[in-house]
Amino acid sequence: MRPTNSIKIEFESRSVNEGFARSAIAAFAAQLDPTIDELCDIKTAVSEAVTNCVVHAYPDRLGKVYISAAIYPDRRLVMKIRDVGCGISDVAKAMEPLFTTGADDERSGLGFSVMQSLTDRVRVRSKIGGPTTVTLEKKLSSKGEKDGSL
Amino acid sequence: MCTVLEYSGDKLTALLSGEIDHHCAGKIRDEIDTAIEHHRPACLVLDFGGVSFMDSSGIGLVMGRYKLMKSIGGEVRVENTPKALRRVMKLSGLYQLAKFDQEEIEL
Repeated sequence: MRPTNSIKIEFESRSVNEGFARSAIAAFAAQLDPTIDELCDIKTAVSEAVTNCVVHAYPDRLGKVYISAAIYPDRRLVMKIRDVGCGISDVAKAMEPLFTTGADDERSGLGFSVMQSLTDRVRVRSKIGGPTTVTLEKKLSSKGEKDGSL
Repeated sequence: MCTVLEYSGDKLTALLSGEIDHHCAGKIRDEIDTAIEHHRPACLVLDFGGVSFMDSSGIGLVMGRYKLMKSIGGEVRVENTPKALRRVMKLSGLYQLAKFDQEEIEL
């Protein structure tokens, strides 16, 4: 299935850009006419993924964060958040609820749990010292589902 | 984001507003902790009434304040959580740690 629309953005891993990133993706998703809850879910999931890049991928330096997002005809929104930072040594461990390497900074260790709860699918591909890509997929309700006419 | 702190009768209230993410959580944390050190309240109220967005950084913020208040023998209350924030609060298990208004847990 080919996307009906897609975007790409690139920005520096400055924490101030966490807000930019979630707002930009929310603005792109707006064309699917999402519910307020769906929009909130998208913003929160993107915020978690981008925060991971800022905090964990580039702990001591600025790097680039790349986001691509695509809309598919079946109302799926697919978002890929990619960095070329330090990589994740154990993806399964990183995704465990409450696991964090940032306890000193009061990281809750719930980033991936939040992403998993608020989207339909989370995939993580990572290589130590290489790129990490988090793919978030969310299918938005159709108009009929929203107003109860279906 | 801005935080207004009010202290009266052993209770420190932090009126939170705006968006709570990793970028601003550190500043909020420092402001609240400075006030806790100064007043040593019996109860810390985190009022989320003015918060329009929160990710897991907000959970870290509540958990951290819970630990700090526990260490000085106090408690944390979470109040006025907007509907949009309750999903994240709920899945974090925070409802077992801090005290919430009962109606907020049920919704």
